Amino acid sequence: MRRRSPMAPPAWFVWLRRVTLTVLTVFTVTPVYVMLSSSLKPLRDVQGSFQWIPSVFTLRPYVDIWHTVPLARYFVNSLIVATSATVLSVVIAIFAAYALSRYRFPGRRVFSVTVLSTQMFPGILFLLPLFLIFVNIGNATGIALYGSRGALILTYLTFSLPFSIWMLVGYLDSIPRELDEAARVDGCGPIGALLRVIVPAAVPGIVAVTVYAFMTAWGETLFASVMTNDSTRTLAVGLQGYSTQNEVFWNQVMAASLVVSVPVVAGFLLLQRYLVTGLTAGAVK
Amino acid sequence: MTQRTAGTGVRRPDVAMAGGRGGAPKGARPGRPRRRVSGRLRRGVLPYLLLLPALCFELLVHLAPMIVGAVMSLRELTLFFIRDWSGAPWVGLRNYQVAVDFDAPLGRALLQSFLVTVAFTVLAVGLSWLLGTVAAIFMQDRFRGRGTLRAIFLVPYALPVYAAVMTWAFMFQRDTGMVNDLLVDQLHLLDERPFWLIGGNSFWALLTVVVWRSWPFAFLILMAGLQAVPRELYEAAAIDGAGVWRQVRRITLPSLRPINQVLVLVLFLWTFNDFTTPFVLFGKSAPASADLISIHIYQSSFVTWDFGAGSAMSVLLLLFLLVVTAGYLVVTSRRRTADA
Repeated sequence: MRRRSPMAPPAWFVWLRRVTLTVLTVFTVTPVYVMLSSSLKPLRDVQGSFQWIPSVFTLRPYVDIWHTVPLARYFVNSLIVATSATVLSVVIAIFAAYALSRYRFPGRRVFSVTVLSTQMFPGILFLLPLFLIFVNIGNATGIALYGSRGALILTYLTFSLPFSIWMLVGYLDSIPRELDEAARVDGCGPIGALLRVIVPAAVPGIVAVTVYAFMTAWGETLFASVMTNDSTRTLAVGLQGYSTQNEVFWNQVMAASLVVSVPVVAGFLLLQRYLVTGLTAGAVK
Repeated sequence: MTQRTAGTGVRRPDVAMAGGRGGAPKGARPGRPRRRVSGRLRRGVLPYLLLLPALCFELLVHLAPMIVGAVMSLRELTLFFIRDWSGAPWVGLRNYQVAVDFDAPLGRALLQSFLVTVAFTVLAVGLSWLLGTVAAIFMQDRFRGRGTLRAIFLVPYALPVYAAVMTWAFMFQRDTGMVNDLLVDQLHLLDERPFWLIGGNSFWALLTVVVWRSWPFAFLILMAGLQAVPRELYEAAAIDGAGVWRQVRRITLPSLRPINQVLVLVLFLWTFNDFTTPFVLFGKSAPASADLISIHIYQSSFVTWDFGAGSAMSVLLLLFLLVVTAGYLVVTSRRRTADA
């Protein structure tokens, strides 16, 4: 299907392509190399002038990162927050996308426009009021929302929701309606049809949305820096603890960065095919 | 007036982003199984029930705070009143007057931050789009190592923002960083080690990091879009004697236009609103030449604890984004219809 025509690209094109892609690769990879190589350096290597290759290879930073700051706790917090936010967001998005894709009802347009347009607003716009709302709910009811994981989960799930709904609507629209009809004939209700027929058929779209939602929650920094306390701190904020007044343990910072990146990057690269499929169906149609 | 513009701004993104999905009429479906009256009623309520959770959360986290924010901007909400903010005195539009009083230090700083953000956004979006397009076009044909290369290019986008930006912060250190080592010690391009994270250079440092992070996104989207372009078009063009450059101009770029309309807008909004990158790169106070608007507002609110002024600035920012988005969509949509 993707066979390149009888006319092969001209030589200048192939060379231009090689040069350009090489430059882009170097640009892309350099920070990753710095991260990896510096994470294997002893402290003195990152305190003097920059070393391209560690003078001694050491795994010490990977041991130290867990003691310098309570990294394990941050890790668990991030894991709980990102996983809960992702699961909730994806489930809610599936229901909403099903309604938007399969039903015509008054208010449908208003809903999609309102939800989508929240995507364009700067986070800073919600931060101050949301901070105050949580603090005041806490004062009024005694439920400590501010500083809790629950508040963060709540916030993050809405961050990925608009884009997830939009992408899933596109994906569900590409699933033939005859599938629903068939399920209905077999005696499924609308929800039964959604769960037994539509969801299995929409797996690539759902995977794409899940990856997106998890990455959003895992990487968020602004709200994490304001809405967490010592016991609920996530990685995004916790990783800034490797610097003291006078020095930064750069080798540990790099090691910790690598450790927190590996799960998401591996997941992303494994599932990127789905993401492209999901985007093609949803966004790029 | 403002409201009218805001209205179009909100309505248009749906048209653009959801474009092409409302094509087939799905309202009246023939062959829908006959149901009892209660069934019909249930069907009427069902979509709302399905939307309810999404709606509740969106209301709580996005819409309610927006209204609260607008109310806050009309009050004198300093540290003094933060415990009981309903007791803060109303000051009408004074927060806004202070924010746009360009003769006073506060207003001048806001204007400066705004101009820096605009310049920064234009450059960053332009470069990210350019790199993404070039890479997507070069990787359209199959060649050895294409899959690996694609995975490599996507890594910056997949990395958690803070981890990536911290690495860049390390690279930009004056004495221990890689950038100065490369420029001064290896290539001898500069005599003296410049500072990258303070002073004028911080603008370029931030630009590098943001472009590094966002061009893969452009690449991903454009690559997905190019898969939909039929190969036969290129073959036909090649048979007609069109060179590579002509094919790109006549086939590739025009078929990417609808995607570009959304992509450029999304890149613009993300870059303009970016908080995390400058926050992690510079810490709580960004240097003046890289003082993006989000971090400026954050600082005006959480460092000086003047939430009233911070809210007023946020509302102004929102109005600006609405106007720009609406204008952008009107212009690009018109051009698209004119070209078609």
